[in-house]
Amino acid sequence: MKRLADPRKRKGISYAKWGYLFIAPFFIVYGLFTLVPQVMTIYNSFFENYREGLKQVGPNFVGLDNYIKLFTPDKNGNIDILKYAWNTLVLWVGGAVPQILVALLLAVFFTSYRLNIKGQQFFKTVIYMPNLIMASAFSMLFFTLFSNSGPVNQLLTQMGWIDQPIEFFAQKITVRGLICLMNFLLWFGNTTILLMAGIMGIDQNLFEAANIDGASSLQVFFKVTLPLLMPILVYTVITAMIGGIQMFDVPQVLTNGAGTPNRTSTTLVMYLNNYLKTSKNYGMSGAISVVIFIITGLLSMVVYRSLTRKDD
Amino acid sequence: MKKSNSADSRVAKARLTAARALVYAFLIFLTVLCLFSFYMLFINATRSNADLQGGFRLFPSDYFFKNLYNAWTDASINIPRGMLNSFIIAASSALLSTYFSALTAYGIHAYHFRLKKLAFSFIMAVMVIPQQVSATGFYQLCVKFGLTNSYIPLIVPSIASPVVFFYMKQYMESVLPMEIVEAARVDGSNEFSTFNKIILPMLKPAMAVQMIFAFVASWNNYFMPALLLDKAEMKTVPIMIAQLRAADYSKFDMGKVYMFILLAILPVVIVYICLSKYIIKGVTAGSVKG
Repeated sequence: MKRLADPRKRKGISYAKWGYLFIAPFFIVYGLFTLVPQVMTIYNSFFENYREGLKQVGPNFVGLDNYIKLFTPDKNGNIDILKYAWNTLVLWVGGAVPQILVALLLAVFFTSYRLNIKGQQFFKTVIYMPNLIMASAFSMLFFTLFSNSGPVNQLLTQMGWIDQPIEFFAQKITVRGLICLMNFLLWFGNTTILLMAGIMGIDQNLFEAANIDGASSLQVFFKVTLPLLMPILVYTVITAMIGGIQMFDVPQVLTNGAGTPNRTSTTLVMYLNNYLKTSKNYGMSGAISVVIFIITGLLSMVVYRSLTRKDD
Repeated sequence: MKKSNSADSRVAKARLTAARALVYAFLIFLTVLCLFSFYMLFINATRSNADLQGGFRLFPSDYFFKNLYNAWTDASINIPRGMLNSFIIAASSALLSTYFSALTAYGIHAYHFRLKKLAFSFIMAVMVIPQQVSATGFYQLCVKFGLTNSYIPLIVPSIASPVVFFYMKQYMESVLPMEIVEAARVDGSNEFSTFNKIILPMLKPAMAVQMIFAFVASWNNYFMPALLLDKAEMKTVPIMIAQLRAADYSKFDMGKVYMFILLAILPVVIVYICLSKYIIKGVTAGSVKG
């Protein structure tokens, strides 16, 4: 008895050591390159620390001044960060709502036994491809395609539909529309595949039982598919949202960082990038980072709750 | 009775056919929407600047290799160098993130230790925190240690990739039951070499898929490299693309511009065309629980 227990105990202790050893690189690197910077970012947000020409100002402790400055209206009564948060929200909703609706439709079509769609592999391959494309290059491509002398304007002129080229990058609605379209194209294939996996994970007997009971396709969707898909839908919405808060590459390259026209397509991260890259203002960029951090946390909580409440 | 039944089924059949037609039409519309911009990119990369100014065309011309030569040898945007830089960063990140994620996942999967649960919950909790949130401190740290214009801050952090870790953990749960782990252990042998020689080969399919995703993510990454790299010979492809946008656009040879964009996305597209089946399978495997 004693002889049996002893080596096991000895083994357990020595194996635990290996566990710590194997996960150590992850935690050391995470600590060094993410956790320390995270703390530094929050710390910085309470300091005045920037470059003015060649002169370095600070770091001086200023308490909440950076946050107050962030939320103080300028002389026109605008609060920049709210404007950019609104832009980010509009650009996200414009891309994500069609993305999730179309993905949900496609997922139902692809998994429908009755429809029996052929060529699924081909369609999936095509719609997923944009997800792997470099967003900045995709954005540059759209800039060239929709520029005043670009192919889209040429085509519309040749067809005789317009006399003057449409200035896609001079109007709020078209710039925002193009950003939404790009975000939609970049992500709807990915969402479709996730939701498909979710639907295929549902017990097939439930669909059969619903069919035997004479449920229509719509009833099956709303009464069986949708409720059982909810956890994965929540996951999809939250990840899409967290992706949306980070929106940067597409509007940055499309508008050359200016958020034209009149900063109506400037996102929160573009704002952060301006302070960090252009003016090296660590205090303000730190404060913006903290705001983004808080928004990320709050939004994911709100969505998670609102979508799971029905389940309770 | 029989008659009305067959009439019913005929109506149902007609309905189904109509529904199917609508679904296919919708799918074709989405396919065109997805491929149109890439098709135009390819066509326009085969046309000369003068031809491009002339008007819209749906078919390729014969300027492809001339554009390729012009873009490849451009004096201000050194695209071959950029592609090499991007490749070095992306390949190293892919190797590090998959190897260390597997190691971390194995550490948590195969061993029992007191902080195991805490370690796992911690990684799951930080999985969703965007990188930009710590960018200010990250940048300051790099400046402090002279790591701007260095690839270290773009490569080393990939050792800690929560998403890849999660995928590996899920994969191990399905293909690596503890009995195998125990059988693989030679009493007294080094656990580390057991991992490298016996466990790692079993993870090959998962490693391959995650390597592709990690490579692509790093290849496409724009925010951090743009912040850290400003020496011309250090720049990566996305920075060069943004430079292209910032340049005085009207003076550019448009055939060359399309070629630059094509070169930026081509490596990923080629890999995707060859391995799309595995990549699409990989999208779902690790990301959703249940």
